[in-house]
Amino acid sequence: MNATIRKVAICGAGGTMGAGIALVAARAGFQTVCHDVARQGLDRSRDQAAMFFSKSVERGRMTEEGRQEALARMLPTVDLGDLADADLVIEAVYEDLATKQDLLRQLNGICGEQTIFASNTSTLSITEIASGCGREDRVVGMHFCLPAQLMKLIEMSRGINTSHETFDAAWAWTLKAGQHPVETQDKPGFILNALLVPFNNDVIRAVEAGLASAADIDKAIKTGLGYKMGPCELIDLIGLDTQVRLCEAFYPITLDPRASAPPLLRRMVAAGHLGRKSGRGFYDYSRQG
Amino acid sequence: MRDYEIIQTGPSRSFPPGDEFLSRSVHGAEVLIHLGGEPCEDSSRAAVLVELDAECLGVHTGEQSGNEGSNVLGFSRYRNGLDAPTNLVELVRQPKSSEEAIEAARLMFEAAGFEVVVCADQPGRIIDRLVRPKYNAALRFLDEGLATAEAMDMTCRMGLGYPDGLIERVVRGDLARHHDISLAIHEMTGQAAYMPARRAVVAKKRSEA
Repeated sequence: MNATIRKVAICGAGGTMGAGIALVAARAGFQTVCHDVARQGLDRSRDQAAMFFSKSVERGRMTEEGRQEALARMLPTVDLGDLADADLVIEAVYEDLATKQDLLRQLNGICGEQTIFASNTSTLSITEIASGCGREDRVVGMHFCLPAQLMKLIEMSRGINTSHETFDAAWAWTLKAGQHPVETQDKPGFILNALLVPFNNDVIRAVEAGLASAADIDKAIKTGLGYKMGPCELIDLIGLDTQVRLCEAFYPITLDPRASAPPLLRRMVAAGHLGRKSGRGFYDYSRQG
Repeated sequence: MRDYEIIQTGPSRSFPPGDEFLSRSVHGAEVLIHLGGEPCEDSSRAAVLVELDAECLGVHTGEQSGNEGSNVLGFSRYRNGLDAPTNLVELVRQPKSSEEAIEAARLMFEAAGFEVVVCADQPGRIIDRLVRPKYNAALRFLDEGLATAEAMDMTCRMGLGYPDGLIERVVRGDLARHHDISLAIHEMTGQAAYMPARRAVVAKKRSEA
């Protein structure tokens, strides 16, 4: 087991989460291979990285020299072969079991024997993702929070076959990267989504049942519990279609009624009320430009 | 400031002894507030308020198949266990509640500096209805070994931006009280999510020993 991680690769680095994870790795001083299937996404992530590091310089969190070095450490590629000598590969590709399994199988044939594979899945089983990849003992769960470059928390989980050495090496890397790991079992949603997805559904059911308006529910939660954002505001930000997808990932596994998509949620998605991204969800954003 | 009159016949969770709100009661004011007792009908008032705990307003007013409602409203000022009461007042209405009564009660509380939300007369109002299943889930996760209490609380603070973790909050708020509220809501909804988690049941039994 290669306990010293120097070179990190991110799969799905053209997406929001992958791009954020790449920022975390590069900022912490690791050579960071940024992989995606399309060059366009990588170019966009590169521009966003330059902007993010520039803001860090403006805010005094990074020197100009540090900015240039961090950007230089980020190596975009559409060729999986460029990940061959990575010590740690973090996948943040589309949340689909078959897609992730296929990627790990491909990577197993490309990367060195000691390379650790980490999955950023938020809902899928690490054990299932690792299954059949050829190095099940070197696969670990590493769920970053969105936006990864700002949120320090990482939920770390072991698959049934994950070795202690793999978990310990990945855990040590998160600390070196300046993150805050917490350990959780390999269960649907780990901690964060296991608590949040059913709660969001409860809120939607409360709106549907006429308990109170979305605005009053948000006001109650913020004033009474001190949450920074009301749950309806949060669902609008996450996207109602995303909430449906989360439910569809959770419910068949857990059979928890709270995890099933509420009828109102499905109706709102069918009506095109997806939240901020469509300009309307529980609130109307059309006038915000 | 909108005037209100307080009739207190028992302890109040919303306004504990010494609360400034208690000292501003004005005899004959347009809004009448009952703390710790049954409301009496009084059509001469703009609104008659009864403080609720875990029960529904209908317990005090009676219900008429969805046609209930008058100038009698429920309310509760949210607090977690024995933490200081928050600034939130949940105002409880019935289907045919007087809109004038709701407005009078809202303006009175807002004039006294509270944030007011209006909710239907459903079990747990807004906060308890939404947080009690989450507390039960967190307590069950703890029993199932999903993560340590510290890891779950850290995830709530750092990942969800909550001011405190669910475990630390429900424990601080008293697990026995959580048991009582959850059980009361479960009795009314029949939903399994409100069945008190094992740790709450243990705390309740120990509180009774």
